[in-house]
Amino acid sequence: MILVVAEQRDGKLNRATLETVAAAQALAGADPIKAVVLGQSVGASAQELADAVSEVLLVEHATLAVYTPDAFAAAVQQVVASVKPAYVLFPHTYQTRDFAPVAALRINGTLMTDVTGINGTGAGATFSRPMFQGKLSAEVRHQGDGPRCVTIQIGAFRADAVKRGNAGPVTPVAVDIDASTIRQTPEAPFKEAKQAVDLGQAERILAVGRGIKSQENIAIAERLAKAMAAEIAASRPICDSGWLPMDRQIGSSGQTVAPKLYVALGISGAIQHLVGMKGARTIVAINKDADAPIFEVADYGIVGDLFEIVPALVSELEK
Amino acid sequence: MKIAVCIKQVPTREWQPRLNDAKTWIREQDASYELNEPDAYALEEALRLREKHNGEVVVCAAGPARVQQVIREALARGADRAIHVEDESLASADAAVTSAALAAAMADERFDLVLTGLQSDDQGHAQVGVMLAERLQIPHSTIIMEVQIEASRLRVKRELEGGWFQWIGMPLPALLTIQSGINQLRYATLKGIMAAKKKEIRKVPLAGGLAATQQIVALALPTRSKQTHMIAGSAPEAAKELVRRLREEARAL
Repeated sequence: MILVVAEQRDGKLNRATLETVAAAQALAGADPIKAVVLGQSVGASAQELADAVSEVLLVEHATLAVYTPDAFAAAVQQVVASVKPAYVLFPHTYQTRDFAPVAALRINGTLMTDVTGINGTGAGATFSRPMFQGKLSAEVRHQGDGPRCVTIQIGAFRADAVKRGNAGPVTPVAVDIDASTIRQTPEAPFKEAKQAVDLGQAERILAVGRGIKSQENIAIAERLAKAMAAEIAASRPICDSGWLPMDRQIGSSGQTVAPKLYVALGISGAIQHLVGMKGARTIVAINKDADAPIFEVADYGIVGDLFEIVPALVSELEK
Repeated sequence: MKIAVCIKQVPTREWQPRLNDAKTWIREQDASYELNEPDAYALEEALRLREKHNGEVVVCAAGPARVQQVIREALARGADRAIHVEDESLASADAAVTSAALAAAMADERFDLVLTGLQSDDQGHAQVGVMLAERLQIPHSTIIMEVQIEASRLRVKRELEGGWFQWIGMPLPALLTIQSGINQLRYATLKGIMAAKKKEIRKVPLAGGLAATQQIVALALPTRSKQTHMIAGSAPEAAKELVRRLREEARAL
């Protein structure tokens, strides 16, 4: 049996959860799939999954109303102890990253993160995951007898590929969590500043990465952005260095975009960046390293020195 | 304030991957190594907290003998001493093994605060920090962008997805995984490099009986999900061809 740990916020399931259900269906073969929804007053989220899995376990408890790693690890531990799944699948979100390693240890399981592909079904399956910043792809197998935990990378499976049938039961499951054992006290989530630009609305985006080398060179990229009528954006290290503001960052910690055209300039293409932009209709990669992972998702690629190519592009566009 | 920083040594960003004959791991002899970037931010944060709250910063690493290079670098940047769980098998160990190796060496030190990078640039499990917290039986929080300490409590700014943040409080001792970009890094001075030579690196053997939780069956260059049109030629030729294709073929300009 496969258990999918669903993730909801304010009673709404996220897309990553549906992608994880699609992954579970690919892995299951003839095995049944159950989903567990954790929270308080989250019955509607449970109903959303009822026709995609054989049973939804609804775990409602006061300590699960607001996410904490201590409460969620305890809840998953208790649910796994009672339903004894062979696999536990999670969406690879920041929330999962925060508590799944604890849950995996407590259930004597093994945890494989960031999975982008599943080879085979059932106990013999192996899993693909990026390693070395996406330079290599590994095929990995769980060892040991405990539950096999897997986190499914965002965008690796399609939410609209979830097969639905007759609605199965939604079964309330009681958990026993003592509020005094929860050590983290979270405050309300907030956004840092009003975002000056909603990159999600941009038709064209020119994104710069480490290949731009220095803050002074940002101006070179800005000229190209102007010539192609694009918004300028960046990978995380550029924003970390303060060369462009944080609200221009594309990737798992920044914005997710799907423009008509995305030009990646000197971006190697680590998975954290790719998840934010691989939905773009046309992707161009310009990089000096022919083996950079960004070329795996690119429609057009130029291997070369961006400091030569960018001025050539500007003069070509201005003709 | 006794602060531990867990660091890892990983292949450099410029490293071009080459595989061993079995294609199950990299050819380590071809790689050059550096400090894992998120760990550099964790170290910097620890040094800043020491400047504010006094105490000591202890670098902890689990890895083969070559890891001494990044331990010395961390000591040169200002850490006070180091603990090195040394074993060749740790080069490719999974997160469950690495966290157990670190926990065994660190438990008796009773650190007030343990910092790690949020993930490593090699295997990238993003699990060691959280598992280490569980093994040390201390609370944790992940992907942290600011750390405040008041008396025996922490208040930390945790990054959520899509530009959202959240403050989390918790008692000390605790473990935090640090996000890149939390601070501006400092580099070692000549004085620091000289001083590092005299600092203690305590070597600890790897405890037996740690079973791997996963096995790499095969490593390979990733397959392309798309048919990429590679455009060759001089810069002006390539630029001209790219613009033509974007206008006529992709209709994206």
